[in-house]
Amino acid sequence: MLYREAGQFKSTYPADMAIFPLREDRIGIAVIVVAAYALAFVGSGFLLQAVLIPFLVFSLAAIGLNILTGYAGLLSLGTGAFMGVGAYACYKLMTAFPGVNVIVWIFASGFFSAAIGALFGLPSLRIKGFYLAVATLAAQFFLQWCFIRIPWLVNYNVSGALDAPLRTFFGIPIIGATATPQTRYLVVLTIVILLTWIASNLVHGRIGRAWIAIRDMDLAAELMGIRPLQTKLLAFAVSSYYCGVAGALLVFFWYGGAEYDVFNINQSFFILFMVIIGGLGSLIGSFFGAALIFIMPIVLGIVIPAILSPFGLSVGADVIEHLRFMIVGALIIFFLIVEPHGLARLWQIGKQKLLVWPFPY
Amino acid sequence: MRAPDNPVAAKGDVLLAVDNVSLGFGGVKALSDVSFDIRKGEIRAIIGPNGAGKTSMLNCINGFYYPTEGRITFKGVKRPKMRPYEAARGGIARTFQNVALFKSMSTLDNIMAGRSLKMKANFFWQLFRHGPAMTEEVEHRRLVEEIIDFLEIQHIRRIPVGRLPYGLQKRVELGRALAMEPDLLLLDEPMAGMNLEEKEDMSRFILEVNQQFGTTIALIEHDMGVVMDLSDRVVVLEYGRKIADGTPDMVKRDQRVIDAYLGVAH
Amino acid sequence: MDILYKIFVEPFVFMGEAPDLLLQTLWEGLVSGVLYALIALGFVLIFKASGVFNFAQGIMVVFSALILVGLHEKGVPALLALILAVGAMLLLAVTVERVVLRPLVNQPDIILFMATFGLTYFLIGLGELIFGGNPKEMITGALLLPHGTTEVEMFGGLVRFQHLDIAAAVIASIMIGVLAVFFSKTRIGRALRAVADSHKAALSVGISLNQIWVIVWFASGIVALVAGIMWGARSGVSFSLQIIALKALPVLILGGFTSIPGAIVGGLIVGVGEKLGEFYWGPLVGGGVETWLAYVIALLFLLYRPQGLFGEKIIERI
Repeated sequence: MLYREAGQFKSTYPADMAIFPLREDRIGIAVIVVAAYALAFVGSGFLLQAVLIPFLVFSLAAIGLNILTGYAGLLSLGTGAFMGVGAYACYKLMTAFPGVNVIVWIFASGFFSAAIGALFGLPSLRIKGFYLAVATLAAQFFLQWCFIRIPWLVNYNVSGALDAPLRTFFGIPIIGATATPQTRYLVVLTIVILLTWIASNLVHGRIGRAWIAIRDMDLAAELMGIRPLQTKLLAFAVSSYYCGVAGALLVFFWYGGAEYDVFNINQSFFILFMVIIGGLGSLIGSFFGAALIFIMPIVLGIVIPAILSPFGLSVGADVIEHLRFMIVGALIIFFLIVEPHGLARLWQIGKQKLLVWPFPY
Repeated sequence: MRAPDNPVAAKGDVLLAVDNVSLGFGGVKALSDVSFDIRKGEIRAIIGPNGAGKTSMLNCINGFYYPTEGRITFKGVKRPKMRPYEAARGGIARTFQNVALFKSMSTLDNIMAGRSLKMKANFFWQLFRHGPAMTEEVEHRRLVEEIIDFLEIQHIRRIPVGRLPYGLQKRVELGRALAMEPDLLLLDEPMAGMNLEEKEDMSRFILEVNQQFGTTIALIEHDMGVVMDLSDRVVVLEYGRKIADGTPDMVKRDQRVIDAYLGVAH
Repeated sequence: MDILYKIFVEPFVFMGEAPDLLLQTLWEGLVSGVLYALIALGFVLIFKASGVFNFAQGIMVVFSALILVGLHEKGVPALLALILAVGAMLLLAVTVERVVLRPLVNQPDIILFMATFGLTYFLIGLGELIFGGNPKEMITGALLLPHGTTEVEMFGGLVRFQHLDIAAAVIASIMIGVLAVFFSKTRIGRALRAVADSHKAALSVGISLNQIWVIVWFASGIVALVAGIMWGARSGVSFSLQIIALKALPVLILGGFTSIPGAIVGGLIVGVGEKLGEFYWGPLVGGGVETWLAYVIALLFLLYRPQGLFGEKIIERI
């Protein structure tokens, strides 16, 4: 009743090719965006700092990985390292040119990740499937080694860690100790919305089709004139761009600094899990996956002590962390058995059912 | 729909010539010293028992396999091997024995994918899905819709092709090949697994493509009725060698062909 | 010019100057190579029999070692703890077959591969929950493993052979030999190879897939336990061992995913290559090269021969 396709006729091709052809979907998206902005003023500092900012950051990284692994079908275990490249590039740029607005550098740092991503993507013409995943492991370990061993990256500071110096945007601090969660959230939200829109455009057009073609049947795609190397390299480049920007946002807008170990192999795996559970080949799935994998342990951290405290039991933070690993692992297996296409497919099925509700079909 | 690409080559000129082509994999010789030509505007059938090398021949023409010996001449250019991208750009399109569609994409997207070669709008506009990128999408969509109308598959436009029945999948695959606006269309068993009605539809489409658009067609097919009705000339392969080459009537009466393939009416 | 000299000449000069150090490095590379091969073998077993690339092999190494050490800490005598650890691996094999493999039986390989990621993280969490995250010492004495070192005077210097290393190399070689014979000569081995070739065909001749999978995961579990004991004895039992197990991937790339001799050769190449690389070239770049050298070698190798040293050439048909 609420969600109806009937009566919405499309009389031009552009209208038919719109990404959200249904009016209800467009209204839904508008509501979500407005609500997201409203949260900046209504939400608590904790909610913004510990839940929403990282959720957005991981969603962006998941979109990046989804482009590579979900749409183009190239399994990558190097996500963490590519995020790191973006973070370190951003740091160098903003410390070397402190006069330039840092937002520019955030977008620019993605290009460095893109270049490195494309470089490590070169083998993908010869190597397929999970052999390629091993090649990306080479990227992960090598780049991580670089983060530790190249002191120039951290401007020779003794601790070997990145810090977040004060940066402002039209006079308002957005990076550094004085930046409030609200301002940081607004910046991150805007960047993520913008980049998601761009990803959506790419994926629905000729380039997205080329990626899916290469994923589904690369031999047939080549025989149709889609060039495999260019298409795969573009996937690596765009994917790494998104991961790089996510990495920069992670360090400067969430953590406020970073040890070299932040961009390790576990990071790569967690983003991969977000993409698998959320749904390979789905942008909205990236958000679902990030929500489930990231927000769930926070919820656990609140719910489990709440359940146990009436009994006088308490659990340490490390136990929650262990449970998180166990639950994430079990969820992966569960989803792969029950719905290999992830939460995004469940969402799609839900919408289909809603389209005909209250009738069963 | 298509302006003639090469006004110099009139109907009847040789579009593609296969000269002494041999193809081997390890110890297996798939093709031995095969030569024939395909003239512009004709429908050329390639027939023969299983394992004769028919699909391998198509694979050589479109650049998927490289012949170990011999040459392929396409539009006057001699090549020892054809690269897939060159074949595509030169105007060769193809369907496959085992339907090589992009299973997760809809019919519409599959056929749009066939337009990839013709889509040029640059990356920058793709990022915003605006301006030249959007105009191009709409223009190609229009063309794709014409193909969809022609093949009568409007009702399955948005269905992921993996879910379609086999006969419809083959039709979508034909649509995707047509989207490339090919000069030479290679069809590998387009009627396999179809019932009589579907075969009649497919035959009708193939004839229309040939007569209306002037597309040259090379066709592998086992149904002799179809071969005899549709084709202008036939090449017969057996164990990788050519054993007959001529009009359907000639070939039907050739003793070697009868022994190898057609059999005798009892 | 100077850089070229540093890379292409100096290290070899150094090798020649101190052959005892070279031998020491080679020996250490050999030992870790054999141990890598053992871990890789666990992967090969499962891959050969089920086509599944068991990413969880690494955590199985840690997990099995932890059970052994954990039980012993609680006062269980070493031999009993060993038997119980083996039993635990059998239980793990049965559970995995039931909960993970059976429901996913017809899914593409990549889905099963990802399921083993889930299994890995589940076991990491479980292991940390039960045993805590602190590194533990392997109970080498209680297991009657030798200790001490033999020093041999060679090439003008001393070369040290740790008895534990010798024992590790010997035990690993025996295991590898046993497994190779098992695969090629026994009835079950044949059944395993049949299953690796085609599930449907194996089923049609009456081979029980479920049984085979339990057997093969159990065998991998035992291999993991032995590997865990040996590695744990050399570097302590901790979750960082799991990262070492990731090294088995380059080994498998070099040796092919389905070849037992390949795993051995691959393991030796990686082990020796790593140690030589770290010792002779590492100082040029500040060390720590071991973390990535194996992967880069594997990557370069893949570019040249995408199917690995022993793998079958991939011919794609359309």
